[in-house]
Amino acid sequence: MQKKLILDSNLLDITVSRLCQQLIENHNTFSDTVIIGMQPRGIFLAELIHKRLEKDTKSNIPLGYLDVTFHRDDFRRRDEPILPRENRIPFIIEGKNVVLVDDVLFTGRTVRAAMDALIAFGRPEKVELLVMIDRKYNRELPIAPDYVGRTVNTLASQRVLVELQAQGHKQNKIWLINKD
Amino acid sequence: MSKLSQKHLLGIKDITRDDIELIFETADTFKEVLNRPIRKVPSLRDVTIANIFFENSTRTRLSFELAEKRLSADVINFSASNSSVKKGETLLDTVNNILAMKVDMVVIRHASPGAPHYLARHINANIVNAGDGTHEHPTQALLDTYSIRERLGSVSGKKVAIIGDILHSRVALSNIFALQKMGAKVMVCGPPTLLPKFIGQLGVQVEFDVRKALQWCDVANVLRIQLERQQIKYFPSLREYSLYYGIDRKMLDELQKPVVLMHPGPINRGVEISSDAADSPHSIILDQVENGVAIRMAVLYLLAARP
Repeated sequence: MQKKLILDSNLLDITVSRLCQQLIENHNTFSDTVIIGMQPRGIFLAELIHKRLEKDTKSNIPLGYLDVTFHRDDFRRRDEPILPRENRIPFIIEGKNVVLVDDVLFTGRTVRAAMDALIAFGRPEKVELLVMIDRKYNRELPIAPDYVGRTVNTLASQRVLVELQAQGHKQNKIWLINKD
Repeated sequence: MSKLSQKHLLGIKDITRDDIELIFETADTFKEVLNRPIRKVPSLRDVTIANIFFENSTRTRLSFELAEKRLSADVINFSASNSSVKKGETLLDTVNNILAMKVDMVVIRHASPGAPHYLARHINANIVNAGDGTHEHPTQALLDTYSIRERLGSVSGKKVAIIGDILHSRVALSNIFALQKMGAKVMVCGPPTLLPKFIGQLGVQVEFDVRKALQWCDVANVLRIQLERQQIKYFPSLREYSLYYGIDRKMLDELQKPVVLMHPGPINRGVEISSDAADSPHSIILDQVENGVAIRMAVLYLLAARP
């Protein structure tokens, strides 16, 4: 199994800063904006960005977690069903700008399910997508991110591994792994 | 573990503790779904479910139907009272005819113990037992155990007394299996005529005095006297049963300790339980009904995941 480092902790820090600056540029004081991390792995990145944004803008920004399990299009088509996780959206998204946060964008199917799941909580004014890693050439649906940490050319046989301190790892690191 | 060990839910006896825990965890997320403004998810939109009820039911049928609809399944309902069963059709023929209409899952209630097992052997669909005679009623036991877990934090080590007509109760048998699998201690209590002869072999304590049972337990699950299944007299009169085994508020207050009161419904107020007890803060009877939908959603969802 070959491992290649895509982002080390230093670069990842710089990238998170840049993503936050881009978000501030578009959302100003975040008075009508909410951040929603996608379960299970997007929530750690969402927390990281949320913390940084609250510090930089000195404002309270609502943060939620969205689980898309029941809205997936591969139910009954995969061997092992996915265990549903907690939804925690303790605020109203009706009329808000929603920034969906996930770690890796691959086929786009999870994001499609997320948009479907999100609508069950109300009608947002606008939905944007932030991802740390955009895996090029693998999209199966017409979905594009609004904020990207790093675009990576990958093969379908490869895997992107995100290790964050919040998940119990020593350092923030993102790897590209060859499955063979 | 994110998969059930069985393709059908025929009885609690056939499933494992891991299965029960998986169902509970999944039910937690469905409970959250049921408290949203839009209480519906699209998971089962390509699944058709037949609810086949050869016996009367209000709560269970409504609860299953609601669970199915909340999961976006297509639902057809069938009850024996207004069907061709009256004209002499066999169980297998009836179900095969329904399956010929392309049904993926069957929820069945039948007066004969083992009817769902028989179907599971002969037809190709996921079968959910919604009560087979005096045998098992697995989803009721799951929702009862889930409600105990919700109220007391856990099931393991808790003392649960099942009080009333144990002999004719499928709820009692399924509850005994479920509670024991989750690590609870179980006692059955009722008049000797309404306790099966060898019930002790299931590893449950047997008690004839309802006051002693209440003093012992953390949770009392009170069952209805199933007069419709009793061909002979098991006790002199309902008044006498109520006098010796009916639970009222005064008995609960005298205990000097909290006891959680449960009842699978339908309640015969003033027989096995008085109104002031059934409506007291001890009672989680309506929580049981609410949890029933979430538990049934979890069961249907997890079974549908293994077509």
